[in-house]
Amino acid sequence: MADKLRAQQQLEALQARYIGTGHADTTKFEWTSNIARDTFASYIGHPPVLEYIALGLGEPREKVRAHMIDKMIQPVGKPPEVQD
Amino acid sequence: MTTMSSLYMYSLTVQPPSATTQVIVGDFCGVGKQQILTANGSVLSILEVSRQQKGYSVLHTHDVFGIIRGLASFRLAGASKDYIIVSSDSGRICTLEFILDEQRFKPIHLETFGKSGVRRVVPGQYLASDPKGRAVMIASVEKNKLVYILNRNVEGELTISSPLEAHKPQTLVYAICALDVSYENPIFAALEVDYSESEVDPTGKAYEEIEKQLVYYELDLGLNHVVRKWADTVDRTANMLFRVPGGNYGPSGVIVCGEESITYRHINQDALRVAIPRRSGATEDPQRKRYITAGTMYTLKGGGFFWLLQSEDGDLFKVTLDMQESQSKPSGAVRRLKIKYFDTVPVATNICLLRSGFLFLACEYGDRHLYELTNLGDADDELVFDSDSFPVDHTEDYTPVYFKPRPLSNLALVETIESMNPIMGCHVANLAGEDAPQIYTICGTGARSTFRTSRHSLEVLDLVESELPQPATSVWTTKKAVDDEFDTYIVLSLTSMTLVLSIGEDVEEVTDSGFMKETATIAVQQFGEDSLLQVHPKGIRHIAASGRITDWPTPLHRTIVACASNNRQVAIALSSGEINYFECDSDGSLAKSDDEANTTGTVTCLGLGEVPQGLARTKFLAVGCDDCTIRIYTLYPDENDERLKQLSVQAVSSPPSALTIMAMKDRSSQGSSLYVHVGLHSGVYIRTVMDDVTGELSDTRRRFLGTKPVKLVRASVKGENAIIALTSRPWLGYADPKNSSLALTPLSYLPLESGWSFTSEAFRGMIGIHAQDLRIFAIDKIDSNIHQESIPLAYTPRRFVAHPEQPLYYVIEADNHTMAPPTRAKLIGDQDQKMNTKSEDGINGDTNELPPEDFGYPRARGNWASCIQVVDPVVDKQVLKTVELEQNEAAVSIAVVTFLSLGSENYLAVGTAKDMIVSPMSYTCGFIHVYRFKDNGRDLELIHKTQVEEPPLAMLAFKGRLLVGIGRDLRIYDLGKRQLLRKSQAIEVSPSRIMDLQTQGSRIICADQRESLTYVVHKEEENRLIPFVDDSIARYATCITMNDYETTVGGDKFGNVWMLRCPPKVSEVADEPGGGLHLLHEKGYLGGTPNRLDLLMHYFTQDIPMAIEKTSLTPGGEKVIFWAGLQGTLGAFIPFESRKDLKMFQQLELALRNEDKPLAGRDHLAYRGYYVPVKGTIDGDLCERYLLLSNDAKQRVAAALDGSWNPAGVEAKIWNMRGLYVF
Repeated sequence: MADKLRAQQQLEALQARYIGTGHADTTKFEWTSNIARDTFASYIGHPPVLEYIALGLGEPREKVRAHMIDKMIQPVGKPPEVQD
Repeated sequence: MTTMSSLYMYSLTVQPPSATTQVIVGDFCGVGKQQILTANGSVLSILEVSRQQKGYSVLHTHDVFGIIRGLASFRLAGASKDYIIVSSDSGRICTLEFILDEQRFKPIHLETFGKSGVRRVVPGQYLASDPKGRAVMIASVEKNKLVYILNRNVEGELTISSPLEAHKPQTLVYAICALDVSYENPIFAALEVDYSESEVDPTGKAYEEIEKQLVYYELDLGLNHVVRKWADTVDRTANMLFRVPGGNYGPSGVIVCGEESITYRHINQDALRVAIPRRSGATEDPQRKRYITAGTMYTLKGGGFFWLLQSEDGDLFKVTLDMQESQSKPSGAVRRLKIKYFDTVPVATNICLLRSGFLFLACEYGDRHLYELTNLGDADDELVFDSDSFPVDHTEDYTPVYFKPRPLSNLALVETIESMNPIMGCHVANLAGEDAPQIYTICGTGARSTFRTSRHSLEVLDLVESELPQPATSVWTTKKAVDDEFDTYIVLSLTSMTLVLSIGEDVEEVTDSGFMKETATIAVQQFGEDSLLQVHPKGIRHIAASGRITDWPTPLHRTIVACASNNRQVAIALSSGEINYFECDSDGSLAKSDDEANTTGTVTCLGLGEVPQGLARTKFLAVGCDDCTIRIYTLYPDENDERLKQLSVQAVSSPPSALTIMAMKDRSSQGSSLYVHVGLHSGVYIRTVMDDVTGELSDTRRRFLGTKPVKLVRASVKGENAIIALTSRPWLGYADPKNSSLALTPLSYLPLESGWSFTSEAFRGMIGIHAQDLRIFAIDKIDSNIHQESIPLAYTPRRFVAHPEQPLYYVIEADNHTMAPPTRAKLIGDQDQKMNTKSEDGINGDTNELPPEDFGYPRARGNWASCIQVVDPVVDKQVLKTVELEQNEAAVSIAVVTFLSLGSENYLAVGTAKDMIVSPMSYTCGFIHVYRFKDNGRDLELIHKTQVEEPPLAMLAFKGRLLVGIGRDLRIYDLGKRQLLRKSQAIEVSPSRIMDLQTQGSRIICADQRESLTYVVHKEEENRLIPFVDDSIARYATCITMNDYETTVGGDKFGNVWMLRCPPKVSEVADEPGGGLHLLHEKGYLGGTPNRLDLLMHYFTQDIPMAIEKTSLTPGGEKVIFWAGLQGTLGAFIPFESRKDLKMFQQLELALRNEDKPLAGRDHLAYRGYYVPVKGTIDGDLCERYLLLSNDAKQRVAAALDGSWNPAGVEAKIWNMRGLYVF
């Protein structure tokens, strides 16, 4: 029992530290949100990729960057209704 | 080497990226002047800007082998220089010191705080340092913020604390900024959005109500922790923060910028807001709001400060603060915020204002600019808008304000720093018919787009050109006395006479110089203190300062064939093969030595070095004989008092045509070594190290320069010895400014018959003879060995294609959200009419269109401005014809095609998209325009256009028809009378969208936007297109080229270059004759084609490859894979030819990963294998860092290699890899 508890605690510590670490009850919404947020963060963080996207959109880089962080707030739409 | 891939490539950067992503200013050298530190891709460079040299110079560059994400500088209290902090993808914070004397960055700290890579929650995206240098904050886009305390220990060394956390989960950060709080506890401001509520609210109400907050994080230096001190809601659109001076100099706080809003915020101050003025003008949308995209703060010397903020149009605004009248001190309450239009410059990623009054503009795209601040914008009559007229709450109504953009009045352009960023396409061809091919690129965006022709050559400043009465064979300049600063005479040797010109106000012929006129001349030398020597075939004439002439005639029936001389020594070779030697006597006269040397063959050339400082003579004479040898003789008397003893001999591949001995800068312990420079009849140049005691020759570098025998001329470039080699084109041999190895670069100049150095009061440079002209020129810049010529284009170029026969290019260009020319003309015309009816005199100067190169095109959302341009880069060097596309069509693809059904005429096909919206992708339809070439391709005539349901993103000539990738489908069209006729089609060949097509024979390679490659075979009998092999990894392909029939090399959107090969069996089966039924009936594998491609090579370049091609870059050189990256990188992959070399380079790379660890702390192997483990590639850029190691380290590394390697051997191998294949 103690082992199980420790494993549980370790997992929770991991989940708190590394966002996106899954668990048995990860919903589709959580999972896709995470992927989308990781993707946008990666786009912003790689200067050539940001430049490539900004060029395609025909917008200044700074605007594209701010817009992508905006998209990270709710990247895949509204969360689903919670069902008990 | 347990496993051995079948193929290995050596990756080299030909031109480093030129997109400047980060810039900071600081005194990194500690010399009391500011320098600029820029990050271009993975390269850090320090630029120095000064008025004396009228521009910038690069002090130092360093490739950190990591993605540089942020730069900050800090200065500890009382210190005299700024330190540098770099945030990269290494998961470590790196502090650096630049050491000027040693020209290197010295790493001080490398503190690990997280995982490597660019991740959402690993800090590195944002970096801000306290203005007093006490702390630094490093933050990620989401959640994590770390604060490090910087201090000094007892020994005065910089220390860094363990990180203090200021994390907040489910919070996104838009910007951070360090406040100026003087010596109170450091405060960092952050723009944050907390999304925790919207994440759990299914109604979407919380999302609607999300607020953006300005949060102050205070670092309590006493308690050693970070507290969230203050938070306030700001404009929802806020995206940038700027610091406000604090302490005794200002009120402290931040400027928050958002959509049409600039707000001053601080903890105990009223918020003040001004709107960003909008442009007024006929073509401007009066409702459009702008963002601030870059800016900088500037503190004036006598107190006071202002900001220069740039809007997305490129307009610079000057923002200032007014203080309360009652309080006179600058740190009191703020009364109002003011804004006025300053100037318009290109849109920048970073703006830096130096204390010396220079403004460095790291432009988002295109050339970077250096301006000088000529005015602070106080005196002009631009309208000033202040915060009294605007409500603080951005949701309340207000009257927008307008300004009229005008040409520069406060800034003056000093210099532009060339940048190819962004490269949208690249092609290597020898259209100009030169020795080496040229690199043609389409670069830039909007009206600042260019078509560039780049050559491997140095820029030359042409100073004087004058015609000679008759063709000359040789030219010299000489001064009269050894101490003279400037040259007195120009001596020209014509076919059978000598012409002497004097240098002064005018260049005119001299008759009393003492030179023998009626003979050709072999050499001219200023000799001894103040005499002159003229060597001619029949003897040597000595001209003393008094004018007394002494002649030394050659023995009977013999002539002088070669000669070498310096200030105190002369050696001549006679036609009989004897070598005579002369020295300068104590009275300055010519004294012949009794010793002679005899050679077996005929002497073709002689070489002597300069007399070393403090000595009477140089020790070595180099003799080139027609038996293909170089012999070294000593000029020092031996124990029997005999000279001219042979010391060493070296065989060469062809008779030598020129010889000289000259020291050149290198990285040896003395800083320079003695070299024998040899030019051969075959056009090869050789540089060999000569031991300055024994005369032994070792460590040879050779390079083919041109088709004519090489002549060598000594030169001096930037105060360093250099050599000019004249052959079918002139070359300069010099010490590479980066690593001091031998660099050989052609001069972008005419071929020269002869040349010499030239020094006068007016110029310092070189003099040369080209045909019948005497030319004086100077070589100033050796920083870049690529010379560019630009032709301006209209809009952002997308793709281009060459004419199959003529030296012409067809460029398709398209700009998003840009008003098309007809609308622009109509709006301007309307306004003109209005103005005309108002004012009767009809002056309408105000409505003139602003030049779009400086002000950009008028924006119009959802509109496209697009055209096809015909460019002649060789003869006229300009755009010949522009075909504008109408009705909101944007050109997306281009191909030259012949339709076999209609003979051999070439046609130009252009694919367009109508009403395209890039993200999320939507369009009305696509079109394929077909043009006929007119006037040898200099003009285009539209034949017809064919509507297709999706934009055709890729087109290619295929078997006398047009192959088009339309969305996921592949189609073959033939030309009809009214439109293109569909001949064959394959549905859903590629999983998402076909981006690029390549073909050989019946095989077609489709590159997908997201899903890598698919190989398709065309079966003639059934006219069927059958996909038969695809890839197992989803690669976001950008460009591909076929390496051979089975192999394709390509690049993707994440900066990888890869090579894929079709398994030989699969390839054979696909080409079996017949209708391909066996292929059709084969079962697909995992939802794709039946077979998969094999990966041969994979390499992370960081820059996004936009064009890739298999080509050779040097005359007669082997083929390499040449690629061009978005940010301006040009690179090459060179195949290894020998197993031995490969083994050496593999071990060298391994050793250097440890010996020269990447500066920012990224693991090199992990960096090159960023997305996919690096495969089949050796990083040549890392191997070249070997040249920069200390001598001890070089020895150590070389000794550790298998086989008996010494540093010289390793250096030669590294040099050859670059020298023989690229440049």
